Amino acid sequence: MSFEPKIVGFMCNWCAYRGADLAGTSRMKSAPNVRTVRVMCSGRVDPQLVVKALQLGADGVLILGCHPGDCHYTEGNYKAARRIALLKKMLAQFGVEDERIRLDWVSASEGDRFKKIVNEITEQVRVLGPLSRNGSD
Amino acid sequence: MAKLKLAVYWSASCGGCDVAILDIAERILDVVAIADVVFWPVAIDFKYKDVEAMADNSIDVCLFNGAVRNSEQDHIAKLLRAKSKALLAYGSCACFGGIPSLGNFNCRDEAFQRAYIEAPTNVNTDHLSPQTLTKVPEGELELPEYWDTVLALNQVVAVEYFLPGCPPPVELTNKIVDALASEQLPPPGTIIASDKSLCEECDRIKEDKKITRIYRPHEITPDRERCLLEQGLICIGPATRGGCGQRCIKANMPCRGCFGPPPRVIDQGAKMLSALASIYEANDEGAIARMLTEVVDPAGTFNRFVMSTSMLQRKRL
Repeated sequence: MSFEPKIVGFMCNWCAYRGADLAGTSRMKSAPNVRTVRVMCSGRVDPQLVVKALQLGADGVLILGCHPGDCHYTEGNYKAARRIALLKKMLAQFGVEDERIRLDWVSASEGDRFKKIVNEITEQVRVLGPLSRNGSD
Repeated sequence: MAKLKLAVYWSASCGGCDVAILDIAERILDVVAIADVVFWPVAIDFKYKDVEAMADNSIDVCLFNGAVRNSEQDHIAKLLRAKSKALLAYGSCACFGGIPSLGNFNCRDEAFQRAYIEAPTNVNTDHLSPQTLTKVPEGELELPEYWDTVLALNQVVAVEYFLPGCPPPVELTNKIVDALASEQLPPPGTIIASDKSLCEECDRIKEDKKITRIYRPHEITPDRERCLLEQGLICIGPATRGGCGQRCIKANMPCRGCFGPPPRVIDQGAKMLSALASIYEANDEGAIARMLTEVVDPAGTFNRFVMSTSMLQRKRL
């Protein structure tokens, strides 16, 4: 039985979540490994939430927001870009591989792009294997 | 009033907290007037067997400083827990893991390899390193088992009180003396510090939180009146519990976070990272890349004192 990654996906209400919804209503088949959490903006995703997802058992975290320039709240996705970039640098020092955390942009009309990204991160995390629990819990 | 029984222990510690207790200066006479110190390895000649011989719960308060990283410290933490009515985690190491918990970026094998084999000044051709058990002609010698992961005190035993700081300031240590003298100990779970972040007690002028460059402390001489974070230094104040009297700020140095996270913040490191990235002006990939080069060691800088109690606790094994 091959390893099934558990991936938590934070998706912004205005673009990414709607793109994900479009993928669904269009009957696009994508990997089922992403557990969706709808947030109002990718800029709302506190780095603590990403780390908590890993602490609670996620093998990867996906954050999807509006394309740069298109944020419903003007600059939220820029904030997300800065925070997640710095978080990935810090997590690398903790031994969390770069491919486990992904920030990307999906518009409300891009159901196919959503499907592509979900499939990509699922396969990349599958290759990496489960995130080490350090021999505990 | 019968004299209280007080104990002090140093675990994975630099010894600074034992010195900090003595910062109360002549008030030590108030302490010995109301309490017998029944165990204090650095200061008094009682041994572990004296503690083992005590009845359970016979020590009124034990000030435990230092983190827990080997089997001996684990054993004594549990022993003192059994013999004490109240345990007080004294200092950042006992509260959060402290500086020793930066060892959580390594593991025992890596640490031993570096210290005993690789370090440039070593002369160790037989590649010897400490063993838990060693047979010698006279018998077997035992050393404590060295752990991969450094823990805070409350990750090993239940703890009633927390006094953070590296080391705790004398004003807060005096609060313990007052509590003992008046026989009014605070409710269990009390953290003897402020409930607000350091920014609340910082005197500096705070204007717009927008920075275009991050400086390392040696790169600039900061202005003494303005907020240090606004000048581009990584001041952990926004993500740090107050109560220290802004000692570092007054010395024109940015806060390093030794009081741990403020209330309702679980992970001080992630929260400070969030705050810093939020106020940095960078809306394109080039500017973000530049920001990343300016934060040389995010994991160590943001989690300097709190690795044990951070969400990830250690580098993945």
